[in-house]
Amino acid sequence: MLKYICKRLLLMIPTLLGIIFIVFTVMNLTPGSPGRTILGTTATQEQVDQLNHELGYDRPFLVRFLDYCGDLLQGDMGTSYRTRADFTTELKGRMPTTLKLGIASFVLSSILGISLGILSAVKQYSFADTFCSTTAILFASIPGFFLGMVLIYVFGLQLGWFPTFGGTDFKSYVLPVITLTLSNTVIVQRLTRTTMLEAVRQDYIRTAKAKGCSKSRITWKHALKNAILPVITVMGINAGSVMGGAVICETVFSLPGMGTYILTAIRSKDIPVVMSSTVVLSLIFCVIMILVDVLYAVIDPRIRERVTR
Amino acid sequence: MSEKKTDMPAAGQEPLLRVSHLRVSFQTDKALLCAVEDVSFDVRKGETLGIVGESGCGKSISCMSILKLVQGENVRYENGAVLFEGEDTLSMTDKQLQKIRGRKISMIFQEPMTALNPLYTIGDQMGEVLKLHTKLSKKEIWDRCCEMLEKVRIPNSREIMLRYPFNLSGGMRQRVMIAMALLTNPELVIADEPTTALDVTIQAQVLDVMKDLQKEYGCSYIFITHDLGVISEMADRVVVMYGGRVCECAATDTLFEHPYHPYTRGLIASRPYRGMKTDRLPVIPGNVPSLNNKPAGCPFHTRCPDAMDCCREAFPEETAVGEGHTVACWKYAKK
Amino acid sequence: MKHLQREHARRKRDMRREHARETWRLFCKNKAALFGLAILVIFVLVALFADLIVPYENAIAQDASVRLDGPSAAHLFGTDKYGRDVFAQIVHGSRRSLTLGIGTTLLSVVIGGLIGALCGFYGGKLDAIVMRICDIVMCIPALLFALAVVAALGADMINLIIAITIISVPSYIRVIRSVILSIVEQDYIYAARLCGTSNWKIILHHVLPNAMGPIIVQASMNVASMMLTAAGLSFIGMGVQQPTPEWGAMLNEARDSMLDGHLHLLLFPGVAIALSALSLNLVGDGLRDALDPRLKS
Repeated sequence: MLKYICKRLLLMIPTLLGIIFIVFTVMNLTPGSPGRTILGTTATQEQVDQLNHELGYDRPFLVRFLDYCGDLLQGDMGTSYRTRADFTTELKGRMPTTLKLGIASFVLSSILGISLGILSAVKQYSFADTFCSTTAILFASIPGFFLGMVLIYVFGLQLGWFPTFGGTDFKSYVLPVITLTLSNTVIVQRLTRTTMLEAVRQDYIRTAKAKGCSKSRITWKHALKNAILPVITVMGINAGSVMGGAVICETVFSLPGMGTYILTAIRSKDIPVVMSSTVVLSLIFCVIMILVDVLYAVIDPRIRERVTR
Repeated sequence: MSEKKTDMPAAGQEPLLRVSHLRVSFQTDKALLCAVEDVSFDVRKGETLGIVGESGCGKSISCMSILKLVQGENVRYENGAVLFEGEDTLSMTDKQLQKIRGRKISMIFQEPMTALNPLYTIGDQMGEVLKLHTKLSKKEIWDRCCEMLEKVRIPNSREIMLRYPFNLSGGMRQRVMIAMALLTNPELVIADEPTTALDVTIQAQVLDVMKDLQKEYGCSYIFITHDLGVISEMADRVVVMYGGRVCECAATDTLFEHPYHPYTRGLIASRPYRGMKTDRLPVIPGNVPSLNNKPAGCPFHTRCPDAMDCCREAFPEETAVGEGHTVACWKYAKK
Repeated sequence: MKHLQREHARRKRDMRREHARETWRLFCKNKAALFGLAILVIFVLVALFADLIVPYENAIAQDASVRLDGPSAAHLFGTDKYGRDVFAQIVHGSRRSLTLGIGTTLLSVVIGGLIGALCGFYGGKLDAIVMRICDIVMCIPALLFALAVVAALGADMINLIIAITIISVPSYIRVIRSVILSIVEQDYIYAARLCGTSNWKIILHHVLPNAMGPIIVQASMNVASMMLTAAGLSFIGMGVQQPTPEWGAMLNEARDSMLDGHLHLLLFPGVAIALSALSLNLVGDGLRDALDPRLKS
């Protein structure tokens, strides 16, 4: 198993290189240069060229790419074109916000989604099931930014329970976490319901029944373990989308996290910041995907046999 | 309705299991489809009752109904009773049923590939039965499972206990199922086509194992199959089913020597035997009618060589034609 | 021989028609899906005949005298901070939002379908390379990648479509490739190959029609989320730009006004997005259940 994890971690390196290359290429596709974006339209061409030279932007594309990769290897994530601030320092300040948001909503949506999904499947066609399924499809249709603003309006502006504007205390995280949690809960709930219903139809469930297992034992021991596998994949993907969703969520709630940071960086063509943020977020995502695959192998002996062979 | 063979020779006592006038239907959005109608049979202590019929004749559903194990939300156990040790399992609560399932009546299923949970070891799944029904310690459970695996002739049982179903061949899995079914020393084992999915050589071994275990434990078997060869080898008595109904019921030897019902005759005639003169097997023309357009009257009349007018109108009552031999056919009905 | 082929083709056509009819029958039995379809049809009609309902000028013409008015007879949904009619913006915004949802889905299905089919059918090096690229792209948080693409190409409608198509194509390639792989393994494809049918004919006549079900299921499940992603990008200012009316962009504008208590600016575009996404989701669910009864919940 350890060998498998090591293999996966090693395989991550080419993937990350690929990601860096693709994003680097995309970011350099644009006409215009960071110098022009920073100085504005009023600056002369000399000033712009001067700044581009200072930033190292006037070197050829491949040189800059290799240079960036070299720096990364030495642990240097680069400095911002726009603010000249060190990326690592900025990361340390902003990452906790995004992580708190992401982890809280990931944990909440997984717990809620799986338990509601099981409830729906076990009590198929009951009131609880109909209610869950109806709310699920409703919340799947409401975009996070709209929901977030409605929450701000109701609980922030009208009731005054939570701040309407970003802060760092516990209270200012409540509404963003709810916003981010709801849509992911829905995805997990719907999938859990489907896979559970699929699982209870299998022959081995009949065998378990014939053995004299109680209904709850069948649900929790025999069906759930089989049904959870696809759910884990989706939870992994959710964890990744939380990273992306953070961009919008942080914008709505004006939270000083990675999302708003990246957004400003993208707008101002702040290539080092965009690159390094993408690398960090993709790295997190890749690690999560490896965790998902390892979990798969832990749960399913067939996969375990295949990967450890 | 005629009472069935209560006056059988060996029976001075109550039968172990009595299924009487069972009717099972499936509720669809269009209609109530009747899969099993007015099925009655007895199982006595220590005997093997064979149930034969083509696929879709309701033999599996009648037997699954004994423990209320028919899959699907839309099953309706409409009529009849299943008396096991004097109690009706059809009217039992889930809790009561759980005490009988796996302990007093256990099952062996057709598909050894899918009948075992892929994510748990053989040991886990076998041990679960004992954990549910006995108060044995972990160690005792383990030893008992190993012992049972050896009885079904699985070598190095201790190693197999730690394996997963996908590590084992079909024959091995089916033996595991048999071992699992007999762990608690049940009164009755229902085997639903236990050898159909296996190779012929493996099939013979599995049947041997089952016979030996029956001798050792004295349990009764209900043996469902469409294979008359298997029936003649295993069963003491045979129930022939067609279209959700019982056609004929007799001791195995009697049935093979003197079949009455045209369907039974057809079935027996379509078996190959050594020294056959023709190069073609006789067949019963036509197919089993599907559930949603079952013919009225006797379901077999569409394929029956001897069909009469009355066959289309009503199902014939059971008629005793010999000792412990009943048949449901208008040809023999006492009018 | 010719006659046999024609007979076979006719039978196949009949079967397909029969299948389509059955699908429609199942779909019609699903009340929620029919409700969704009705809303969707209304939205599509509004988008098609937007100019007949309310002139485009109303959506962009600024009128300082009626700034931030609530709903009234003159302005059904009120006006925004530039005095533009919200109703007109919603009506004309439907064109963009629906195009973004449905257009990107169609585009991704076609592109993803083609690449996926080629990969699945031919396999080999092409397959390995494409799958590797897909893996890499799928490791980048989707929204982030779309943002980068829009930033690189410039924020407008077309580039938004391109960006969203790029992030969704890999998953289509994967789904379709696996569907094709499972179909190619089946006996009737071997039979067709044995008969000497050309590869293209096999793909067109045997593989694609059989892959249609899973493709439609996947696509219908995704339309709504694509529309929401597109609206999200417009919302953070990386999509359709003002003054072109678009629901996501309208919500962005509504943010400040809402804090001052002008709720109508928030509610109308928000409900429009949610309602159209809901209709797409309901129709998608209905289609999935009708096409793949095994998955039926």
